[in-house]
Amino acid sequence: MTLTEEELVSAVAEPSRRRVLDLLIRNGEASAWSLADHVPFSRQAVSKHLVVLEGAGLVRRRKQRREVLYQVQPERLHQATRAMADLAAQWDRRLDAIKRLAEAAHAEAKPRATKEST
Amino acid sequence: MAELVIEREILIEAPVEVVWRTITEPDQMALWFADRVELTVEPGARGFMYFGDQGGPVVVVSVEAPTRFSFRWNHPLEEDPVVGNSMFVEFTLSAEGDERTRLRVTERDHELRDWPDTEKQRYAEDHRGGWSTHLARLATLLEGQS
Repeated sequence: MTLTEEELVSAVAEPSRRRVLDLLIRNGEASAWSLADHVPFSRQAVSKHLVVLEGAGLVRRRKQRREVLYQVQPERLHQATRAMADLAAQWDRRLDAIKRLAEAAHAEAKPRATKEST
Repeated sequence: MAELVIEREILIEAPVEVVWRTITEPDQMALWFADRVELTVEPGARGFMYFGDQGGPVVVVSVEAPTRFSFRWNHPLEEDPVVGNSMFVEFTLSAEGDERTRLRVTERDHELRDWPDTEKQRYAEDHRGGWSTHLARLATLLEGQS
């Protein structure tokens, strides 16, 4: 995993941050204030999550009059999904290797007679 | 816990003791995990895993032969591994008959920030389907939107 992917994964790994992300996807574009209405944590907490999400490139902000509005960056989100899938695939490869090694070790240890009878 | 958890499993046609040796002996680990593994497999032991000319520290958490083996890894060299700076990997082995083993691995603690347990609990309820399901849903929502 590259550093930016690690950053991405950490950014979306936190459950309440995913919740903020989810809300943003549903609402299109929203301010920290309006997002805070829909989550059981404070606006300050929402703002902190938005900072992390922005740092990972998952959301972008723009100023409209006196409000700051946030929007999801779809490409980065897909990249995060892929990074996660890669992590899982990596473990699948390791488990496959363990399976091959253990089964080979077991076959070798088996008495020849048993092996020939099967 | 509601953090990101990767969970995979595989069925192996070998007795649980054989699988145990494969996942815990450093020489064997070097065949499926890192290029080279320096590690004493006992709780609290600190080791190092080499990937090419790079690598990282690993600290053994628990060793319960032949059913459970866990460690933390990926933390900064000069730090102790804790939640927030490292990932926790746990293998559980269960015998299914004399010659078959179910091997499960979970990797967790990808998150950086710590949250109160009550909040984590609540989100665990919300995300029972698991992390990948959730992200898949996000992606679907996004596609529906564009």
